[in-house]
Amino acid sequence: MSEAMDITVTVNGEVFQKTIEPRLLLSDFIRHELNLSGTHVGCEHGVCGACTILFDGMPVRSCLMFAVQADGHEIRTVEDLGTMENLHPLQEAFQEAHALQCGFCTSGFLMSILPVLEGTTDLSEEDLKRAMEGNLCRCTGYQHIRDAVQLAAEKMSSGSES
Amino acid sequence: MKPAPFEYIAPTTVEEALGHLAEYGYDAKILAGGQSLIPMMNFRLAQPSVLVDLNKLAELSFIRSEKDGELRIGAMTRHFQVERDDLVAEHAPLIHEAMPKIATPQIRSRGTFGGSIAHADPAAELTTICVALDGRFRCQSARGERWVPAQDFFLGMFTSVLEPDEMLVEIAIPPMAPRTGWALEEAARRAHDFALVGVGAVVTLDAKDCCERARLVFFSVGDGPVEAVKATEMLIGKEVSPDLIRAAAEAVTDELDPSADIHASVQYRLHLARVLARRALEKAFARAAAPGTQAA
Ligand SMILES: Cc1cc2nc3c(=O)[nH]c(=O)nc-3n(C[C@H](O)[C@H](O)[C@H](O)COP(=O)(O)OP(=O)(O)OC[C@H]3O[C@@H](n4cnc5c(N)ncnc54)[C@H](O)[C@@H]3O)c2cc1C
Ligand code: FES
Ligand code: FES
Repeated sequence: MSEAMDITVTVNGEVFQKTIEPRLLLSDFIRHELNLSGTHVGCEHGVCGACTILFDGMPVRSCLMFAVQADGHEIRTVEDLGTMENLHPLQEAFQEAHALQCGFCTSGFLMSILPVLEGTTDLSEEDLKRAMEGNLCRCTGYQHIRDAVQLAAEKMSSGSES
Repeated sequence: MKPAPFEYIAPTTVEEALGHLAEYGYDAKILAGGQSLIPMMNFRLAQPSVLVDLNKLAELSFIRSEKDGELRIGAMTRHFQVERDDLVAEHAPLIHEAMPKIATPQIRSRGTFGGSIAHADPAAELTTICVALDGRFRCQSARGERWVPAQDFFLGMFTSVLEPDEMLVEIAIPPMAPRTGWALEEAARRAHDFALVGVGAVVTLDAKDCCERARLVFFSVGDGPVEAVKATEMLIGKEVSPDLIRAAAEAVTDELDPSADIHASVQYRLHLARVLARRALEKAFARAAAPGTQAA
């Protein structure tokens, strides 16, 4: 039972080949096999959103997928955004608008909001709320995150994207 | 927590998948979007020894309409696809309206229509809506196939008529009759949470503006979708008035037997059921009477 399997996954543009157990969650694969610890794990049942990544361009809960299912697919994690020296406009906006305190929820928020902003930066109040609805934050009270999304939309529409 | 070990199989055809289900029976579980099954496996509430992953079955991902206007949705069609689909919005506006209420965008990118039905969660929107719209489900096994009306499909909490070797492959939703209105009302603690109480209403007016048909199906108040039959019988053949709607909505209490949990008492759930039923009926009748719903 539970024979190890070979998978090939593209993560942040880089191709990885690994041998893993089928029961390994995608979140644990990203953190422990690839050492990309920017993806956080809060609840492991789909509620908190801390583990959100992009799977073939769509935001998903990485705690609710098995790593074997990522074979042949493309993943983006928060590490694919900016660097410490050169933050992505969305990260810049989070910093400037004080959208994080402890930061545990932040990478999940970024990866949920990123595809929305990459689709359109012309967001209604309703769109802003929708973009944030799948992530929980215990610190900020959400208002600063909302402000950051709006600020990021402005930054990204004025073409300052890195 | 982490899931217990299992053997993983990812068939590429329905036939192959059915072969595995026939072979492993009760030891196997189907993995669709995984948005209900994987949380259960993480908690070890489910410990299947074999997982048959349907995610490579492209043939089960489709939305189309038949010549007679019946809408067909493949079991592996994901929530976000249904949410954005124009055919669904046109032919089954009740489903279209429900989609954003199901979980969060990140869960809708994986969760499937078939998974939501097969899971038979009494708190699920789609199970209730399929009953209210007289949907049918195509179930296949290596032994053959059968169509099961949504009304007969759900047996109880997380239990349906599906046999261990059977797979739900397709959902059919009949076209709506002319002058039909619909509404979905629910109360949840937060927008994307499972509802404390929810109700789907589908009503049809006749040429004289009297109520010809009415369905009122609840979720989160019992073991599965619960239809308030007697309450809607009060409407049939009658000219619809605010008082009549109110009376029917008050009457639903007699047909519901919700349980209490940390989020809501029995009394509160019954109160919500009455209020939501009234709102749903008001909205549905207004839509049925509005011009533009004349055409099927
Ligand atoms: C945080 C959170 C909030 C949620 N909120 C809601 C909500 O508000 N409303 C709501 O309706 N749902 C909600 N869901 C559930 C979500 O909609 C699930 O996607 C859905 O219920 C199950 O679909 P799935 O494709 O993920 O199925 P899976 O999790 O893969 O499977 C569920 C069950 O159905 C079986 N199964 C799946 N497909 C088939 C098939 N084709 N034939 C036979 N058996 C099959 C599986 O073996 C398993 O037992 C929520 C989930 C989460 C994690
Ligand atoms: S860890 Fe995945 S949603 Fe909470
Ligand atoms: S900043 Fe602490 S949880 Fe969001």
